[in-house]
Amino acid sequence: MRPMILRNNPYGEDKVTEACSLFGIMDRSGNRFSGEDAIRAIANMHDRGNGLGGGFAAYGIYPEYASAFAFHIMYDDKTHQHEVEDFLKHNFNLVMDDEISTRPTQGVSRPPVLWRYFLEVEEEKRGSLSEEDYVVEKVMAINTCFEGAFVFSSGKNMGVFKGVGYPEDIGRFFRLEEYQGYIWTAHGRFPTNTPGWWGGAHPFNILDWTVVHNGEISSYGTNRRFLEMYGYQCTMQTDTEVMAYAVDLLIRKHGLSVEMAARVMAAPLWSEIDRMPDEEKAQHTILRQVYPSLLMNGPFTVVIAHQGEMIGLTDRIRLRPLTVGVKGPMLYLSSEEAAIRLVCRDLDKAWSPMGGEPIIGRLGGTLAAESAVEEELVVSKRGGA
Amino acid sequence: MKTYQKTRFVVNRDPEKCIKCQVCVRQCGWDTHSYVPERDEMRSRDENCYNCQRCVTFCPTGAISIERNPYLYSENANWRPEVIEDILRQAETGGILLTGMGNPRPFRIYWDHLLLNASQVTNPSIDPLREPMELRTFLGRKPDRVQVDPQKVSITTKLAPQVAIQIPVLFSAISYGAVNLNVHESLARAASELGILFNTGEGGLHRKLYKYGKNTIVQVASGRFGVHADYLNVASIVEIKIGQGAKPGIGGHLPGEKVSADVSETRMIPQGTDALSPAPHHDIYSIEDLSQLIYALKEATNYTKPISVKIAAVHNAAAIASGMVRAGADIIALDGVRGATGAAPKIIRDNVGIPIELALASVDTRLRQEGIRNQASIIAAGGFRNAGDVLKAIALGADAVYIGTAALIAMGCHVCGACHTGKCSWGINTTNSYLSKRINPDIAAERLVNLLRGWEHEIKDMLGGMGINALESVRGNRLHLRAIGLTDTEMDVLGVKMAGT
Repeated sequence: MRPMILRNNPYGEDKVTEACSLFGIMDRSGNRFSGEDAIRAIANMHDRGNGLGGGFAAYGIYPEYASAFAFHIMYDDKTHQHEVEDFLKHNFNLVMDDEISTRPTQGVSRPPVLWRYFLEVEEEKRGSLSEEDYVVEKVMAINTCFEGAFVFSSGKNMGVFKGVGYPEDIGRFFRLEEYQGYIWTAHGRFPTNTPGWWGGAHPFNILDWTVVHNGEISSYGTNRRFLEMYGYQCTMQTDTEVMAYAVDLLIRKHGLSVEMAARVMAAPLWSEIDRMPDEEKAQHTILRQVYPSLLMNGPFTVVIAHQGEMIGLTDRIRLRPLTVGVKGPMLYLSSEEAAIRLVCRDLDKAWSPMGGEPIIGRLGGTLAAESAVEEELVVSKRGGA
Repeated sequence: MKTYQKTRFVVNRDPEKCIKCQVCVRQCGWDTHSYVPERDEMRSRDENCYNCQRCVTFCPTGAISIERNPYLYSENANWRPEVIEDILRQAETGGILLTGMGNPRPFRIYWDHLLLNASQVTNPSIDPLREPMELRTFLGRKPDRVQVDPQKVSITTKLAPQVAIQIPVLFSAISYGAVNLNVHESLARAASELGILFNTGEGGLHRKLYKYGKNTIVQVASGRFGVHADYLNVASIVEIKIGQGAKPGIGGHLPGEKVSADVSETRMIPQGTDALSPAPHHDIYSIEDLSQLIYALKEATNYTKPISVKIAAVHNAAAIASGMVRAGADIIALDGVRGATGAAPKIIRDNVGIPIELALASVDTRLRQEGIRNQASIIAAGGFRNAGDVLKAIALGADAVYIGTAALIAMGCHVCGACHTGKCSWGINTTNSYLSKRINPDIAAERLVNLLRGWEHEIKDMLGGMGINALESVRGNRLHLRAIGLTDTEMDVLGVKMAGT
């Protein structure tokens, strides 16, 4: 038996291609709410998936273990579980573990064994590595070296729940209406060249970063070879994976702001940069000069989330849909506006952002000025809709 | 000694069409045609003909055609006509055989075994007539990351010098002296109009062309011809020429007959003397010496210009390139075995070096393995024929390509390979004032601009087809290439998969 992760691209294609529905909902005041709305909204976009993958990410769901890394691990069966658990106990301080609670659900068949661990990093074990790098290293080790095991969630006070099936069924299967979070993202998958595998569903996760993605990145080969120079191994062979690693490199390792990272992945056109004021022009030029290989070229929409922040971004010429909705502190991101209106009938505003324009929801924050201008424009066009 | 060499070409003149206007007599640089007034008769000395097609092109009545002399030797795969002719020439002269242009031998042209990708269904192709399509490229050293101020509002990194080009195609090094000033001026003007660069080659830059400095790469070769402070500082990029694809391991030889007054002044050598550039740079016997020259040039230009180092593609090009980057080169120019020359020993041109496709792929791969690919741009050279070759090279990992022969063809060259005679009938590889006038910079520059505008549109079309709207997203993107008719080893070196897989 081989590591589970190799199942993601069974035919050895250049990469896995897929299209999808995606949805995100955030209460920027930090109030927590159940996964019910996320399930209903993504169910409304049922036809955008084909039942070969669905998943959710939820933030703020484990306040009682907020300082521990919450690992969600799927096992083929219980035969290899103890080997991984020995590995976890050897490398971490195991605070608590339990089986992830599920309910039998029509449309979700042959689930793997799903287990949850709350882990603390002991300082003497990580040596010179940062806590984050240490966790990434261990996650990679389990995913690439252990048979029949796959870590699909590894952040603090957040969790990913995903599998093969339609997303609404996966949501019920994981009893997500029983969890309380302040950000929920959801994804319905339409893979075109893979039979579907539980670990291959979205969201893709590393640490507390999650990515749900709808797209097909034509620059995949360039992005991947660039990331390989920085030590990332793209074992899943998906666009989502390179997107997540790009975000990790730019924001976590190189210290860029979310806005800057968005400007790298969905760079403004040179014709726009050339018209900018000098200082702004210089900054954008440097980003494109240094990170040309992280321009994500081709159609995509992503909803990226991490602790306290939810970001929506499309490719620079907006070849995949994204609609934004705002109601008080609630921020909604969705492939289709109808899904937002299903769960919030009286939105303050709804609009489609410009291609490459990041929509950033922050705890306690308002949306960036740029999009606010856009909001006004759209609102006025729609007569204050 | 009676020559045993046969004429390679036969000149046919249709007497029904010929009006004895003698255009052919005046056009041929090698005195193939003559007119005998006493008998009112046109004659040909077929043995002088190089088949450059100048007379054929300019004959106003279309009376002339050139044929390969067909029935020379018995058929023999080993003792081919070219082989026998070379032996006869050498038996009669006792010298090294000289030739011009690039390697004509039928080595595998890998471009013809690589196919590009296009988008279907899962992502949309992009129409370059209706959507923006970006080819802008920056040559020069890039840092591995940017530095951001603690508030994360601005980037504090200052980049090493970068040179922007609008099309990823540059004019390769063609030296003044080998070609005449009209050719240099045509290249310079075209580069200026296109927003690209032309390379002076090793013969200096005529002062008249300094105004095109922004679009110029100046070369510093082992002969140091025409190298001085103004020359270095007028350019956008300074290139150290270590080697040339047509003649790896040896220096250049410009015969004294071509060193006119202007060439003499620009090259800073006496008029009429041979300009011999040594095989190695005598101040570079090792990699640390290269580093010293790179930094000497950076000092001389006050760190305002990228320094390029050009080598011929040889067996261990990947290791050499890695050393060059570590020695401080900001750009690596690789010239493959099909790279051309104004004059080179035939035995070297035809037998030394490796194809650019393989060298480029292995250099790009090595620099990535060592994590230093960002530190230098790669320019590939040597036989690029069209926009397809260019885009495939970029997908293999090149930042840009040099074209030499294709540019000369645009100006009139018919690749007859007689550059070394200095009597080019098309007025290109000659400094003879009568012949040189045939290159009119107004017209030749326009032809060059037309060629590259055509390639620019074609590259955009192919990019759009792939669903990509910026060239940087195909750079090093070998997933957009598939091989046809190559062995596993070849595909492994190129880093590409077989078509259908």
